[in-house]
Amino acid sequence: MRVTLLLAFAILLGGCASMTPPQPWEKGDLARPAMQFDYDKLETRAQQHIYTSKEAATGGYGVGGGGCGCN
Amino acid sequence: MMCSASAPALATDAGQPAPGLALPDARGSVVTLDKLRGQVVYVDFWASWCGPCRRSFPWMNEMQQKYGEKGLAIVAVNVDKKRADADKFLAQLPASFPVVFDEAGTSPAAFGVKGMPTSYLIDARGNVVVVERGFLEGSRGELEERIKALLASR
Repeated sequence: MRVTLLLAFAILLGGCASMTPPQPWEKGDLARPAMQFDYDKLETRAQQHIYTSKEAATGGYGVGGGGCGCN
Repeated sequence: MMCSASAPALATDAGQPAPGLALPDARGSVVTLDKLRGQVVYVDFWASWCGPCRRSFPWMNEMQQKYGEKGLAIVAVNVDKKRADADKFLAQLPASFPVVFDEAGTSPAAFGVKGMPTSYLIDARGNVVVVERGFLEGSRGELEERIKALLASR
């Protein structure tokens, strides 16, 4: 049972390998505001400010910007 | 499984002949690069969701106004999946140059577009002279000089 389950997962995982990343001209959905990490820029900034002062640590949030690969 | 076939994108660089282009405009008449041979052509790939594209339209309108009659042909290729998005963009930023539509994305694949927007300045013989990735205000002056030089040497 466990082996079959593991095997099933392994096969499912293999499906991910065949996915190709979207081309630059296919990123319309990724560029939508709802797809952004920082949907509300002002709120993100406030949160970052609080986090920085509480944790004495900053950064590590990746690169901001649209999904269009241009800016 | 759910894999989408993507064409191997070989980027078109400066000095290479431009790939063919045959796409319909808003009224359905097909614009081709072959028909524009002999003119200096500026092909721009854009989408409604691309921020810098918004800034590129006023500049392209200006170029069209300045050099359109001197032999510059601007062709803006829209790659939106939904035509309505492109129409909304064009209602806000009307274009004075031909806009063609490529929902399938075959032409950006043929040109090997690496980011949005990407523009190709093509000389009268159909060779790519400048590949411009992104829209940078700083490089506008230089690009205009290249357009002027190409028009003069045509």
